[in-house]
Amino acid sequence: MQLSERPEHTGLIGDQPAGPMESAESEAREYRMDGGFSVGWLIAPATLWLLVFLLLPLAGIVVFSFWKTSNAGMVPDGTLEHYAEYFLSEGFFDPSADKFLTPSVFVKTLGSTIFFALEVMLYCLIIGYPIAYFLGMQVRSFQWQMTLFLMCMVPFWTSYLIRAVAWLPMLGRRGLINNILVSLGIVDNPVSIFLYSELSYTVALVQLYVVLSVGPMFFSLVKIDREILEAARDMGATPFQIFREIIGPLSLPGVAIGMIFIFVLLMGEFATAVVVYGGKTSTAGTVILNYYGTANYPFAAVNAIMLMISMMIGVVIILKIVNIRKEL
Amino acid sequence: MAGSTPEKSRKAWIKSGYSVYYAFFLIFIYGPMIAMFVLSFQGRRGGTSFPMRGFSLYWYEKLIEPSTVGDLQGALGRSLVLALVVMIITALFSTMLAMAFRKKFWGSGVLFYTIMSGLMIPGILLSLGLAILMAEIGIPVAWWSSGLGVHVVWTLPFGFLVMMAVFNRFDGRLEEAARDMGASEWTVFKEITLPLITPGVVAAGLFGFTLSYDEFARTSLLSGEFNTLPLDINASMTQRIRPTLFALGTATTVFSLSLIALFVAVYMFLYRRSR
Repeated sequence: MQLSERPEHTGLIGDQPAGPMESAESEAREYRMDGGFSVGWLIAPATLWLLVFLLLPLAGIVVFSFWKTSNAGMVPDGTLEHYAEYFLSEGFFDPSADKFLTPSVFVKTLGSTIFFALEVMLYCLIIGYPIAYFLGMQVRSFQWQMTLFLMCMVPFWTSYLIRAVAWLPMLGRRGLINNILVSLGIVDNPVSIFLYSELSYTVALVQLYVVLSVGPMFFSLVKIDREILEAARDMGATPFQIFREIIGPLSLPGVAIGMIFIFVLLMGEFATAVVVYGGKTSTAGTVILNYYGTANYPFAAVNAIMLMISMMIGVVIILKIVNIRKEL
Repeated sequence: MAGSTPEKSRKAWIKSGYSVYYAFFLIFIYGPMIAMFVLSFQGRRGGTSFPMRGFSLYWYEKLIEPSTVGDLQGALGRSLVLALVVMIITALFSTMLAMAFRKKFWGSGVLFYTIMSGLMIPGILLSLGLAILMAEIGIPVAWWSSGLGVHVVWTLPFGFLVMMAVFNRFDGRLEEAARDMGASEWTVFKEITLPLITPGVVAAGLFGFTLSYDEFARTSLLSGEFNTLPLDINASMTQRIRPTLFALGTATTVFSLSLIALFVAVYMFLYRRSR
């Protein structure tokens, strides 16, 4: 694969299909940069910013998870009691309860958050991939490609909360979906399964996140060299073979990036649950907020760490399946 | 080429099949919003669902008039100021970083992944970490300090990727030519580099502005005593839902969309000029 020989980071957003620019581009690349501003001054402000607002807070979470809760907040300590509480309460090795050897309530919440994220990811893949395929492979003219793609991406630049709120008039007992179902004669009376149910939550999340998975998939599909497909076709490959042998494998990195992106966002999800699920469910995110609200910072931190660890495991698993380094 | 007629018509069928699917997809992602737009013009006696009882701007008027709950105008103002500042910092930082990344330097890999992790770490975690940290040190959180900090962490990777793509297809020989003719580094940047990368800088700024303007999770624990607009919207969810919320949603969405249109127009203008 030629792409793998490019060491530069082209990125997943700004990356554009290889066009006639290619030759001039590679010439420009061979050219070595000498002059220019000093690297140190260029990176110093942003590095400092990331240190203060990204690395320190994360380090803080780790440190505070070992501190002790006290009346006046926290005191420095090296206790593991919050971790113990996380894993043991109402479950594992809790001999007093009859729930001996069952996962604790926090582990269960985390598990359901992961499971739910995977479910939504699967739907986003099934719904989003054909869209990316259509835009990347079927639409021929570059202008149309970009126009149709931007139409998919516009919701990304609008308020996420408002898009969740917009589901309310659709879902209620007297909502639009019920109206349509009744007038079509599919159901006799309005059904109340839509609002504040797991179904509505799933549908809303898929709608909110699917556009994010289309982007990376589109970029990896649009980069595929048409001549390879032409050659395969000339040699008598069926459309299915072409997909299995060429398009599928070459678009896999884009799929992985899209999935990683929505996976991490879904794991931290908490607002949609309140808006369309009426706060009836708890996610790993809402648990963290609850404990923050009661000023039990160390326990909120433990929850945050567990969320982060499971996220990292998920990302590593996806990266093990697909090597996206080629793509970046 | 064996482009026989049945083959061609089969392809046309497949393509129109995909087009229909794409149309359904657009309905899926825009449908709820359109329903909300329509309902925001609900009559005075109407509720939060269809049918429409008349047609009025009543709920928009309710939106503008001062109310006892919440501080909508103030929240909007804060969100706009915050988004503007985030936009400037994002455009500036991502340009500087992408310029630095044109050379190989020690620790560039670590820095790259640190920037990118701003994209990957859930907002709630950053919000929590910084909120606890500041509580412990004793600095009060506020939208213009801690809020600004985490917003830039979120928008920077987007702007950075845009600028990396810009510099990736940038011809460094132009700068070298100017340097050979004795131009100083500042002159080279001002006269050669900047005019060529301006469209990219605008695009990076667009990401900064819109992502910050709509950001909720990252500000949730960090805005202090004054809300930004998304926080205000979220707070109003706890009360009974009224069409005012739809009017607000419509207004802020229309604002976002016209902003994107404006940025695209500026981008196109600058892009043509930079050719």
